[in-house]
Amino acid sequence: MTHHSAFSLFAKALGGHQDWPEQWPDAAPKPAYDAIIVGGGGHGLGAAYYLAKKYGITNVAVLEKGWIGGGNTGRNTTIIRSNYLYDESAHLYDHAVKLWDGLSQELNYNVMYSKRGVMMLAHNVHDVQSLQRHINANRLNGVDNEWLTPQQAKDYCPPLNISPDARHPVLGAALQRRGGTARHDSVAWGYARAAAALGVDIIQNCAVTSIRRGADGAVEGVETTRGPIATKRIGVSAAGNTSVVMQMAGLDFPLESYPLQALVSEPVKPTFPCVVMSNTVHAYMSQSDKGELVIGAGTDQYVSYSQRGALHIIEHTLAAICEIFPIYRRMRMLRTWGGIVDVTPDRSPILGKTPVKGLYVNCGWGTGGFKATPGAGDLLAYTMAKDEPHPINAPFNLDRFRNGRLIDEAAAAAVAH
Amino acid sequence: MILIHCPYCDEKRPEIEFANAGQAHVARPLDPSSQSDEEWEAYLFIRANPRGRHHERWRHVHGCGRFFNAVRDTVTDKFETTYKAGEPRR
Repeated sequence: MTHHSAFSLFAKALGGHQDWPEQWPDAAPKPAYDAIIVGGGGHGLGAAYYLAKKYGITNVAVLEKGWIGGGNTGRNTTIIRSNYLYDESAHLYDHAVKLWDGLSQELNYNVMYSKRGVMMLAHNVHDVQSLQRHINANRLNGVDNEWLTPQQAKDYCPPLNISPDARHPVLGAALQRRGGTARHDSVAWGYARAAAALGVDIIQNCAVTSIRRGADGAVEGVETTRGPIATKRIGVSAAGNTSVVMQMAGLDFPLESYPLQALVSEPVKPTFPCVVMSNTVHAYMSQSDKGELVIGAGTDQYVSYSQRGALHIIEHTLAAICEIFPIYRRMRMLRTWGGIVDVTPDRSPILGKTPVKGLYVNCGWGTGGFKATPGAGDLLAYTMAKDEPHPINAPFNLDRFRNGRLIDEAAAAAVAH
Repeated sequence: MILIHCPYCDEKRPEIEFANAGQAHVARPLDPSSQSDEEWEAYLFIRANPRGRHHERWRHVHGCGRFFNAVRDTVTDKFETTYKAGEPRR
């Protein structure tokens, strides 16, 4: 693996960038591994990387049915934040935010993590009270979050319309300065490259078709479209397709898969300095380093695996964007797409063991999984290596739907659903 | 936008007139106090979430206002059929 540096970039530039080697080898499956990760998105690749790097299990394969980063990792709006209400959630998401710091150096790959701040708008009295409650709860958990007046919000994000006559007047905002964005593809590629360098096999076009189990019920391997592979440990990190994979082990999961849409505008010069989210009107936006406005919508209303959504959903979102940021009314949208997100009843993820021995799961991140990529990868790796959850992900177990200890971020969180 | 056939109005209408109401044929337990934790979990939280043929409830909110059931393919989003509430599963 070539070490990336300013010098290597300069040297390759002299050759017209024609002779970059492949970032990691396209591996073929071996007959057996110590651990298998199902799903080659950021979370799965991260888990493979941390298994090899921190927990000493290097004989690992990542099985991806399509291509690396072709699922939700390449389809999200790249927002990073940790301003969640409940203690469990704040610890979980802040674990990830701490790992984002220094990730580029650790992976020797520029993931372009930019702490440009995530600002959440309050449009009515309920929003004001709810966001201030979040700020107080976050601070008690050591997560930065601060209140801005409408004028302070406009100073931070000049395109914002704070006129009291606006259809959605801005009464204030909560700002997490450590929040921001990262380059989603780079995250997948960086983890894949770093994991492969530690001996992990990254196998594309390899869909898991069934999970083999022994007489004692423990997992013994998987059948795939590229032949059988034996293993004692399987980590499933398959986002919207988790229900389908879990059915192979005879497990019914509390998940429903919905399309979530996003869209980008034509690229323009830098005009939008931060991330702005408005949960009341269901819109969020940032500007990519390429110059496109990156806009996220809410989920479609029905269960679907189609990876596309209905036009009226993004129409609704764009109407809200035009109200809040009138300067963008004449912008043209370039592309729209959808990803399939797996949503749990309490809108918190499931990350831990399953009733099947040797089968571990990382799912249910719903509409907000990208921000958790390093944390989820690390915690899934820990859980697989030790056969027990880390204290951070212990509350996010599957049993909570039976014993009632839900982490109900759905109603109370600063999350756009 | 998807067009949905309302079995009561007997008309194909655009999706924005309808609200999805989740998986169909999930029956509330007749004797709640006799249910175990496992049974409550299954009733409240476990959903089919199939990749393919799916039974679901819809409500014609901006129309007749009535609930009905539908069979839809979750990969193509195509409706196979819709039928009135109370009719047997198709």
